[in-house]
Amino acid sequence: MSDVKSSEKPGAVMAGVTQVVDWIDARMPLVETYEYHMSRYWAPKNFNLWYIFGVLSMVVLVNQLLTGIWLTMSYVPAGDKAFASVEYIMRDVEFGWLLRYLHSSGASAFFIVVYLHMFRGMMYGSYRKPRELIWLFGMAIFLVLMAEGFMGYLLPWGNMSYWGAQVIVSLVGAIPVVGADMMEWVRGDFLMSEITLNRFFALHVVALPIMLIMLVFLHIVALHHVGSNNPDGIDVKKHKDENGKPLDTIAFHPYYTIGHDLPAIVLFLIVFCSVVFFAPEMGGYFLEPPNFEQANPLKTPDHIAPVWYYTPFYAMLRAATYPLFGMDAKFWGFVVMVGAIALPVVLPWLDRSPVKSMRYKGAISKGMLAMFIVSFFLLGWLGTQAASPFYTLLAQVGTAGYFAYFVLMPWYTRVEKTKPVPERVPA
Amino acid sequence: MKRFLMILGFCALTTPAAMASDSGVHLEPMEPDHRDLPSLQHGAKLFMNYCLGCHSLEHQRHVRSAEDLGIPTDLYQASLLPAGADMGSHITNAMPAEGAKNWFGAQPPDLSMVTRVRGTDWVYSYLKGFYLDPSRPLGVNNDVLPNAGMPHALIELQGVPRKVCKQAPEGGRDGLSGQPMTSEQCGFIEVEAGTGLLSAEEYDAAVYDLVNFLDYTGEPYRLDRQRIGVYVILFLLVLYVFTWLLGREYQKEVH
Repeated sequence: MSDVKSSEKPGAVMAGVTQVVDWIDARMPLVETYEYHMSRYWAPKNFNLWYIFGVLSMVVLVNQLLTGIWLTMSYVPAGDKAFASVEYIMRDVEFGWLLRYLHSSGASAFFIVVYLHMFRGMMYGSYRKPRELIWLFGMAIFLVLMAEGFMGYLLPWGNMSYWGAQVIVSLVGAIPVVGADMMEWVRGDFLMSEITLNRFFALHVVALPIMLIMLVFLHIVALHHVGSNNPDGIDVKKHKDENGKPLDTIAFHPYYTIGHDLPAIVLFLIVFCSVVFFAPEMGGYFLEPPNFEQANPLKTPDHIAPVWYYTPFYAMLRAATYPLFGMDAKFWGFVVMVGAIALPVVLPWLDRSPVKSMRYKGAISKGMLAMFIVSFFLLGWLGTQAASPFYTLLAQVGTAGYFAYFVLMPWYTRVEKTKPVPERVPA
Repeated sequence: MKRFLMILGFCALTTPAAMASDSGVHLEPMEPDHRDLPSLQHGAKLFMNYCLGCHSLEHQRHVRSAEDLGIPTDLYQASLLPAGADMGSHITNAMPAEGAKNWFGAQPPDLSMVTRVRGTDWVYSYLKGFYLDPSRPLGVNNDVLPNAGMPHALIELQGVPRKVCKQAPEGGRDGLSGQPMTSEQCGFIEVEAGTGLLSAEEYDAAVYDLVNFLDYTGEPYRLDRQRIGVYVILFLLVLYVFTWLLGREYQKEVH
């Protein structure tokens, strides 16, 4: 780059670039890293639409980080200023409403793409050996994401922020003996207050995003080490050409990045922007009506419901209505909810099937997965509704369905008859 | 633990629909229109004259209202801006919070986003739901929010509303005459003739304008959002065509 004149000649620019790349390459593995993760990362050629949600999670993550940074520039994490500062962003900051709606809709979009991404993994057995660690990192991402969403929801300091957080933090109080003290420790106060708001803010904008980014990095490092699974669950590394490239694969870049991902990202943005610009409240599911008035410790909203992405777990929490072994129902609700969130972690060791993909599994596996999805949607809907005896019964049935999928898996994956998996990816 | 159970109790007892009225009465539909500037201007005038004494719009600035509603600054200053306020300040009032609590039992809520909390149907029906009730401290009660702590601020416009009983259709028809069956039913609100400055239709229109204005202050950038949204979606559709064509070129190489 020292010779300015040479760059005017065609060809000289490339020579200059090569020089810079060589300089960096001598000091760190730039080209090697690029090839390892992009141009020579061999991805199975039979990916389908379900494989887009990992990329979309990255898109939404970037959206959340960028809009989050700009929101932080004008947001004030103080009990008497937080609510007004959000309205200040919405009204007085140039395009502040856009930043805020991108961020609030982005939170819901994040969970939509992550849930679909997880379902893809469950359907095609992407958690199976040798991809257990990818699954574990993924579950860690999911847990951090839930915490991130929960803490972020308090920040607008609306009345639903306040009471929603109050209900969830109260869950800690269900832990025997130490519960009450722990609740105080989490809040930093005897009730939800500015102290709670400040620590949630710190965690939401610094600690959890750092964890999220690190976990996403590890998720991808692990993925690129063992290679992607595919809808048939076939090990594509078994058959390679003379150069060591697996036969049934194509280069991730540019064939997936530009060939499939780019148009799909634009398609996603069309849907996403339709919500942001035309229905940012999404009928009260993305932004709840009580959150348009300031937090008021003396005024409980008529109906406290968490945002839609927590409702399946909230419904399971409420499904426990019997005291057992001297512990009250609330404690068991807490146990059930934590169990429901934690159980998928051990999924790689519950699945004993000789095949990975649902395409070659037997009828029981297919039925159980279908039942799991129905239960999940049913619970998600129930979590938004006020409890009634019939709904509680439905929630108990849904909870049973949710747990049965996991708990019975070691049995049904072993006894059922599977179809033979082809050696090569079918054309 | 008690607090948690209380909260769960609240969840169990109450209904999810934020848009339903507290008393379960039917809400009249109100479809806001932020493009109707005369309506918004009239609503702003009504708010300044009848509501601002007790209720603020603490997130909305005078200058924003004037610009968005197409009211010239000098006219706004002359007819709408409260004494002592400047155009850049938020729409607030001088009511002391402590005093308000003593006078009404609670501080009158800020109304910047009342339609986003309650819905336009609710606010519209609420303003039409007042009736005389001597048992209440302020002499009036409300169908939509029973035992509301607020006086009927628009009573000089509407006139004196009373709860009456009258013959009303029951839904069935008389078997002999074929006439619709009626019976005496109660709970209707009727305005005493000649007591208000406005006719029933004019009052409805005035309340519509006021709620329209309140809905505007709830999201003053809504028209911007929708206008820009159209261009964003159009741009993305065009971009999709080109990215799809580009992607197809790459797919041809491998499939």
